[in-house]
Amino acid sequence: MGLQALVIQADADTGIRRHGRDAYPHECCGALIGRDHVVTEALALPNSTDEGPRRRFLVRPVDYLAAERRAAALEAELIGFYHSHPDSPARPSRYDLDHAWPTFAYVIVAVERALPGALTSWRLREDRSTFDEEPVTVRASGQ
Amino acid sequence: MATKILIPTPLRGYTDQLDEVEAEGATVGELLSDLTTRYADLRKHLYAEDGTRRNFVNIYLNDDDIRYLEKDQTPVTADDTLSIIPSVAGGAWS
Repeated sequence: MGLQALVIQADADTGIRRHGRDAYPHECCGALIGRDHVVTEALALPNSTDEGPRRRFLVRPVDYLAAERRAAALEAELIGFYHSHPDSPARPSRYDLDHAWPTFAYVIVAVERALPGALTSWRLREDRSTFDEEPVTVRASGQ
Repeated sequence: MATKILIPTPLRGYTDQLDEVEAEGATVGELLSDLTTRYADLRKHLYAEDGTRRNFVNIYLNDDDIRYLEKDQTPVTADDTLSIIPSVAGGAWS
C-alpha cells in the first residue's frame, strides 16, 4: 500500500515556492504546520548553515523550537520541513537521508534559474535505509 | 532518581506518543542510556551505528547545550529537565 498523500493548502504551497525563488541561488528552509497530513502553514525559517547555503540548509535548535511553539499556538502539529534544491532535482540527496528525522514529511522544491518547479514530499523509512516518496496534493486554502 | 526528558515531535512515535518521559541517572549519559533502554527503538535515531550520537541531535539540560557543559558527564538532579532538540539539516549535495 502506498503512502498517504500529503495535502498542502494553496497558500502554503505558494509560500514555499516564493521562498525558494527569493532565496535562489541559496537553499531556503522552513517548517510545515498543520494536522492529519494537511499542511495549513509554511513557516519560513533562516538557513543557518555555515557549509555553503547554495547546497546546504540548517535549521538551528532555537528555530526548531520556534516551529514547535508556532504549531502548539495554532493547536496544530509540526508535520515536517521543506527546503529548496537550486538548480537540482526535487529528490533527496544522501546528505538529506543521513540527517533525516523519522515521521516528518520532507518537502523539496526544485528551483531552476530562480523559477520554482517540481515539488515532492518524502518520508524516512523506519530502518533509515532510504526515503519513500508520498503523493502531494495542493488544495485551495480554507477547504 | 527520575529526571524529566522532553521528547520532540518526530520521536514521540517511539515513546507511546508522550512528549515528556522520565528516566533514571546521575548524569546526562546515564539518563540517555536509561531512556534508550526503556524505549529501544529511539536508539537508531539518536545514535549512529558506531555508537556516537548523531550530530544533528542536540541535548539541552534546562537551557544549556550539554556540549558547553560537561557533555555526557554533566550531572543531573530530579529538578532538571533534559530536552532532545533536533537540528534539521540537508541539501542538494550528497
